[in-house]
Amino acid sequence: MSKKIKLMQGNEACVEAALMAGMRFYAGYPITPSTELAELSALHLPYYGGKFIQMEDEIAGIAAAIGGSLAGLKSMTATSGPGFSLKQENIGYAAIAEIPLVIVNVQRGGPSTGLPTSPAQGDVMQAKWGTHGDHPVIALSPDSVTETFNLTIRAFNLAEKYRTPVILLTDEVVGHMREKIEIPAQEDIEIYDRVKPKENEEYVPFKTEEGEIVPRMANFGEGHRYHVTGLFHDESGFPSNSSENAEVMLDHLMNKIDNNLDDIIDYEEYMMDDAEFLIVSYGSTARTVRSAIKALRAEGIKAGMFRAITLWPSPEEKLAEISKKFDKILVAEMNLGQYVQEVQRIVKSNSEVYHIGRANGEVTTPSEIVNKVKEVL
Amino acid sequence: MSSNLINEYFRESKLPHIWCPGCSHGIVTRAIAKAIDELGLDKDKVTIVSGIGCSSRAPGYMDFNTLHTTHGRALAFATGVKLANPELDVIVITGDGDASAIGGNHLIHAARRNIDITTIVFNNNIYGMTGGQYSPTTPTGALGTTAPHGNIDKPFDIAQLAAAAGATYAARSTAYHTTQLIKYIKKGIQNKGFSLVEAASICPTYYGRKNKSGSPVKMMEHLKNNFVDVKIIDKLPEEKKAGKELMGEFKDITAPEYTAEYLKLIDRLKGAAK
Ligand SMILES: Cc1ncc(C[n+]2csc(CCOP(=O)(O)OP(=O)(O)O)c2C)c(N)n1
Ligand code: SF4
Repeated sequence: MSKKIKLMQGNEACVEAALMAGMRFYAGYPITPSTELAELSALHLPYYGGKFIQMEDEIAGIAAAIGGSLAGLKSMTATSGPGFSLKQENIGYAAIAEIPLVIVNVQRGGPSTGLPTSPAQGDVMQAKWGTHGDHPVIALSPDSVTETFNLTIRAFNLAEKYRTPVILLTDEVVGHMREKIEIPAQEDIEIYDRVKPKENEEYVPFKTEEGEIVPRMANFGEGHRYHVTGLFHDESGFPSNSSENAEVMLDHLMNKIDNNLDDIIDYEEYMMDDAEFLIVSYGSTARTVRSAIKALRAEGIKAGMFRAITLWPSPEEKLAEISKKFDKILVAEMNLGQYVQEVQRIVKSNSEVYHIGRANGEVTTPSEIVNKVKEVL
Repeated sequence: MSSNLINEYFRESKLPHIWCPGCSHGIVTRAIAKAIDELGLDKDKVTIVSGIGCSSRAPGYMDFNTLHTTHGRALAFATGVKLANPELDVIVITGDGDASAIGGNHLIHAARRNIDITTIVFNNNIYGMTGGQYSPTTPTGALGTTAPHGNIDKPFDIAQLAAAAGATYAARSTAYHTTQLIKYIKKGIQNKGFSLVEAASICPTYYGRKNKSGSPVKMMEHLKNNFVDVKIIDKLPEEKKAGKELMGEFKDITAPEYTAEYLKLIDRLKGAAK
């Protein structure tokens, strides 16, 4: 198969990429604006020998996807708004039980049923803190159809490599817009598969081997009988109440991400070489910011953008470093102020941080960003 | 015999179990092991999935692929496991609260799909793990910590609920009637479709104490005397029917099974253009 050029929606590109990344199991419940992900998975998966199931609700969708992953298939579930809220408990389950899983959230306006057909970026903090307790999170935010494709592949690879749920946080704009995209040939796509235990070796299911990042993962039914639980457990996989053990386990969960930030974190610097003013953004809002930067530069204001592609873990080190060059930073996002808090935490007293964004279903226009920059300058 | 069962099917290093003295969860767990043994299932292919509750702790002691999930969701996780790998014998262990309150929606939909999963409900008519709150199977009038003035709710009949929702095999036995219990579990596992076997059970610690049901032995005697087989109930004189509960097989039919239908779909599309 060679590469092909196509005109595609973001949601379509996500399913195309998922299939190429090896997704063979999808379980979910339909909800606008993520529904195409379910429909296209239902359409295509059986041709690949893969399985699609429409569950009775979103809780069941993620639960079945976790089951599918444990039985050995790369699994995905997708949702929006209210459905993302329903999935939270089992996101925590996948985190503590170290189950590879991709969860797509095509963000829409909230809270509650909110604005079903309008875009938003209001689930940024929920992606990090939505499930109870401390836990690792990887959340990726694409700003185009092509990047939706690339980040979907990455989401599967990261999920398999770090044995963790990975959230692809897109939004209604990116999910529904059509763009030209070059689909690479299958053989040009790098695919990562979970490492399985060696045969005929005593299997300690939650023990990380020397020099490896996560415990090797046996698929159910392949001969290693073991226990999986959402309780704190020891290396054997069985529940343990000891606080020493809980600390060891949580350290492992956090460290597998924190010690590999260079591998996980991704960002883009746009027109930053000579920039005198910094805008931080992500996802579809970054598209507006690009137009605004061009307009500002036409007026002699040298603005640049730092775009977080990995929202969680946040590109902390890089942002802290570049913030030293800017007295003022504007954070543009489609909510009333979420990632701006993370930016403030990171840049500390290096820069004064401003925010532009709304949550009424309308995207901020380039001229509004231009005006805001002029106002704070 | 039972020590062989322990050697063969239990994780001895994980025993003793957490259950209270007199709890019947151990009896029902043993019945499951016995059924698996009598059927000669391949241990590597058996997957036992549970939710949260005292009963849902059972899989941790059992030497199979075991998955202890979130409260109420065992059947949804199990649906994923079974659909992803239909070769596995998937068994769900759940409590009355886990299965029919928080998990009620998953129960009726798993039954409706007729997916080949065998669900064993440890029905002790109470929330044991959280300390004795009333459940969807607590009898009207009984006491629970959240029904201190007597329960005004009406109870579910879980086996009949599953049968009505589409299960192709539905039966009820008790922790006292283990011969029937083992037989029904075996038939449930052998049935190619969704099977539900309810095991009427006892929780002496909370239900028993709160309702002054007497010792665990007395509670077991109640199971013995109060449950009547659905096949003979009509033969009893009216005065003997009063207050009795039904056990036995309520449904045993054949119907297309979900994962088999999905595999047929894959076959049908083979060779067709994508
Ligand atoms: C989402 C959620 N809600 C509530 C609980 C608390 N909880 C744990 S077990 C349980 C009830 C268990 O009762 P049952 O399923 O009948 O099993 P038993 O303990 O009686 O065997 C409850 C309410 C929980 N763990 N998770
Ligand atoms: S609380 Fe009740 S159900 Fe739980 S172990 Fe004790 S007796 Fe059994």
